[in-house]
Amino acid sequence: MTYLENIGTYFLMIVEMFRKPTKWSVMKTLILKDIDDLIIGSLGIVAFISFFVGGVVTIQTALNITNPLIPQYLVGFATRQSVILEFAPTFISIIMAGKVGSFITSSIGTMRVTEQIDALEVMGINAINYLVFPKFIALMLYPFVISIAMFLGILGGLAACVYGGFTSMDDYITGIQTDFIPFHIVYAYIKTIVFAFILATIPSFYGYYMKGGALEVGKASTTSFVWSSVVIILLNYILTQMLLS
Amino acid sequence: MIIVENLEKSFGEIKVLKGISASFEKGKTNLIIGQSGSGKTVFLKCLLGLLEPDSGTISYDGKIYSELSDSEKRDLRADMGMVFQGGALFDSMTIAENVMFPLRMFTKQSKSEMEDRVNVVLNRVNLPDAHNKMPSEASGGMQKRVAIARAIVNNPKYLFCDEPNSGLDPNTAILIDNLIQEITKEYDIITMINSHDMNSVMEIGEKIIFLKHGIKEWEGTSDDVFRTDNKALTDFVYSSNLFKKVRAAQLKENK
Repeated sequence: MTYLENIGTYFLMIVEMFRKPTKWSVMKTLILKDIDDLIIGSLGIVAFISFFVGGVVTIQTALNITNPLIPQYLVGFATRQSVILEFAPTFISIIMAGKVGSFITSSIGTMRVTEQIDALEVMGINAINYLVFPKFIALMLYPFVISIAMFLGILGGLAACVYGGFTSMDDYITGIQTDFIPFHIVYAYIKTIVFAFILATIPSFYGYYMKGGALEVGKASTTSFVWSSVVIILLNYILTQMLLS
Repeated sequence: MIIVENLEKSFGEIKVLKGISASFEKGKTNLIIGQSGSGKTVFLKCLLGLLEPDSGTISYDGKIYSELSDSEKRDLRADMGMVFQGGALFDSMTIAENVMFPLRMFTKQSKSEMEDRVNVVLNRVNLPDAHNKMPSEASGGMQKRVAIARAIVNNPKYLFCDEPNSGLDPNTAILIDNLIQEITKEYDIITMINSHDMNSVMEIGEKIIFLKHGIKEWEGTSDDVFRTDNKALTDFVYSSNLFKKVRAAQLKENK
């Protein structure tokens, strides 16, 4: 029953997010601040993880190809497919659910605990629009982060391949160009946009509706990470089934 | 004038407010007193529209809140200022930005006009040099004064304060109480203060309502408090050792 109630409240929150918009001059500042906090602030960790995981994918693939009949360029091909289809959009989104999601839940949750949300409501401001909408707009730039993750993942694979002595640079580049299907990029970006929406709204929901004190803010952040991850994984499965099969 | 009639509010099985009726006049500091859990905060939140009462009406200068449209409620809320117990300052903004916030949200003033108004109210609460400080850098008393400045910056008609001097030392608490009373007279507004601090009651209580277990137990002025024979109120008032001693001295004098 609580789950159903939460799901209902979540969808009501989404409707409320688009109602009674905050004055544009104020909203503009909030959006820019959230772009800085959520997008620019995540680039470092995304770049670091993408580069090294791309390298690891390449090494694992190269080490598992023992049959001499399999061409060496397959290493580049497998890395490209793994990075574009799954690693960048899904794996990075799970990491972002931890980084950005906990930030959103704890910042909104702290505002709830310290009565800052009550202060907004007393002033007649739609607190959901004021707090959640700028995060939603900021995270519409999330495909930009995923593009960087794709590029650096493949680049990390190239570096690992060449400097680890697994294949030549030419083979790797041939591999990443082999059987390229442009729709795979479209598929990845569709997933990215859906995950961006999840990353903006589920953590906001757990922050906004939390009750209690500092300890509950921590608990809400953990719950928000768990549920964001679960929803991302489930939607990943559904979207893959719908778009690729 | 704010008129409350038969206000009731429950949370599940627990009845927190049980048919409270009261009226609050312009230019007066009205105190709602009572022990923790007596329903003071719920009463204030109902008046602010943060909680919806189960029954009863609240009217602001003749306008019944529950009958107003959403936009009328928003307009009415723009006329309310609130000082929260913990200040509730936005911690991502400087003190000047906090005070300017209602102006940015609800007026079309230019930046210089808003800055002028912020200067006026920060001077009024004796914080002329605090503009660029963050709330975390301000003391408890300063935070309360900033909260008062934010509450009055938009010239509200109604000022609500939830335990404005809790957590403050006695001197600062008196300063805050006096500041609220001066502002009430100066701006000619209706001020309602939730408190369980007897010093506040004696300093600024022009009208006092005593709540006990969600019922309005007593109503009067600060002078009436010491003359009343209402047992619940006298038990509450004389629960502190200081007031017990004052009471004992009074009784001795009377003999």
